[in-house]
Amino acid sequence: MNWKHGLLSTVFLIGVWQLVIIMTGIQRFILPPPWTVLETLWTSRALIAEHTLVTLTEIIIGMIIGTILGVATALNLAVSTTARAILRPILVFLQAMPVFALAPILVLWFGFGIAPKIIMAVMIIYFPITSAFFDGLMKTPTGYMDLAKTMGAKSINTLWHIRFKAALPSLGSGLRLAAVYAPIGAVIGEWVGGSKGLGYLMLLANGRVKTDLLFASLFVLAFVTVCLHLAVDILARRLEKDH
Amino acid sequence: MGYGIARRVTGGVGIKFSGSATIDGAPLFMPITLNITPNEWTCLLGPSGVGKTTVLREIAALETAVDFDGSITTSDNKPLNDRVAYMAQSDLLFPWLSVLDNICIGAKLRGQSADFERATKLLDRVGLSDHKSKKPKALSGGQRQRVALARTLMEDRPVILLDEPFSALDAKTRAEMQELSAELLKSKTVLLVTHDPAEAARLGHSVYVMQQDGLQTIKMPSTSPIRATDDADTLTTQGVLFRILRGQVI
Repeated sequence: MNWKHGLLSTVFLIGVWQLVIIMTGIQRFILPPPWTVLETLWTSRALIAEHTLVTLTEIIIGMIIGTILGVATALNLAVSTTARAILRPILVFLQAMPVFALAPILVLWFGFGIAPKIIMAVMIIYFPITSAFFDGLMKTPTGYMDLAKTMGAKSINTLWHIRFKAALPSLGSGLRLAAVYAPIGAVIGEWVGGSKGLGYLMLLANGRVKTDLLFASLFVLAFVTVCLHLAVDILARRLEKDH
Repeated sequence: MGYGIARRVTGGVGIKFSGSATIDGAPLFMPITLNITPNEWTCLLGPSGVGKTTVLREIAALETAVDFDGSITTSDNKPLNDRVAYMAQSDLLFPWLSVLDNICIGAKLRGQSADFERATKLLDRVGLSDHKSKKPKALSGGQRQRVALARTLMEDRPVILLDEPFSALDAKTRAEMQELSAELLKSKTVLLVTHDPAEAARLGHSVYVMQQDGLQTIKMPSTSPIRATDDADTLTTQGVLFRILRGQVI
């Protein structure tokens, strides 16, 4: 994405927003003007930063745990037909069940701290990571496998030196998806129960009709997600570099 | 001792392949008998889809889509396991490894420590010692196939199975690769699968032409491979092979 294009579309969006306010005379508590939101972003920066840090921590820890679990599951599925028979239906079941519906239960079980939010983020990214990496592991070029066989390779070494390495670009695709989904998981967790994080702040602002603060929090969340996406994109490119 | 006669180096492995193959009941090839002489180059020539790669893959104990009915025996009556090295049309280099690490991959896959000194010497023999730290994508098609040859030599197996390894190269590079391979693999038992009569005429101690109705062998020139491309005997042999492939009676 070209940064100039990004800037241009931001300016365009703000222009449309301001135009809607001028033309409709809509009230500030329904749709605050861009300038007010910017002002609130500055005056409430300490408050917003504190809650952003909480959400960011949940997202990053969720991403790390979800990735480790996803990679481990995919490796197990790739090497064992028994694991495929047992785990695959469970995976599909987990994916079919809306994570949103689980949020209240997680809060009930794990309290109002960051644990249920991290679990939400983990659950939402676990399937895309597992699925993308497993696909990659099963698509090792047959020529590589033939070569390994004639060389008398041990299957654990083939898994590590060939199948794992050949599947890294697929893991990169999974991570890109995860970077978009993980913030959703964390914020939903904050909505359902909690006293910290951007999701909580948005709910609080909404309840007190502080629409400007709600919008400011929303923009920070979008900004965090975009930054996360860019960071993961750099990592994914590294994984794809030698393929 | 089995059936083969080692002409230059004794103690090589000869292979006898005999049998037929079917795919879902439909015959791929009729019963054939292919004798691969120890320490010589045997070429298996034929059009695409006739089953020559299947023959090679059966010998290499690789997966095939066919039901093979027959036997593969060796001159010393020992199994071929761990005595075969394989080189395909695609170089099969791992893009994430350096040239040197690609040559040493066999040892890594077996869980052994790699002999980097020997690998460096082999890289020198294929003329690529300046490229050992490079990744394969920094090399040309011909250079990549030379790395694959060095990797094959690194395995140090008595039997080498070549599945059209030169067919994707341009004419000049192909001729150079043929010469280099003939020199470096001269003490090995080699089976070369190819669809190019010129290549078979140049490289084969013996040549078998494989067609749907069976296998046919021809009298080869008295000169030893590798033969010059413009040698009269090579050109005559090439012509004979070409006519057999086209179904013309000779």
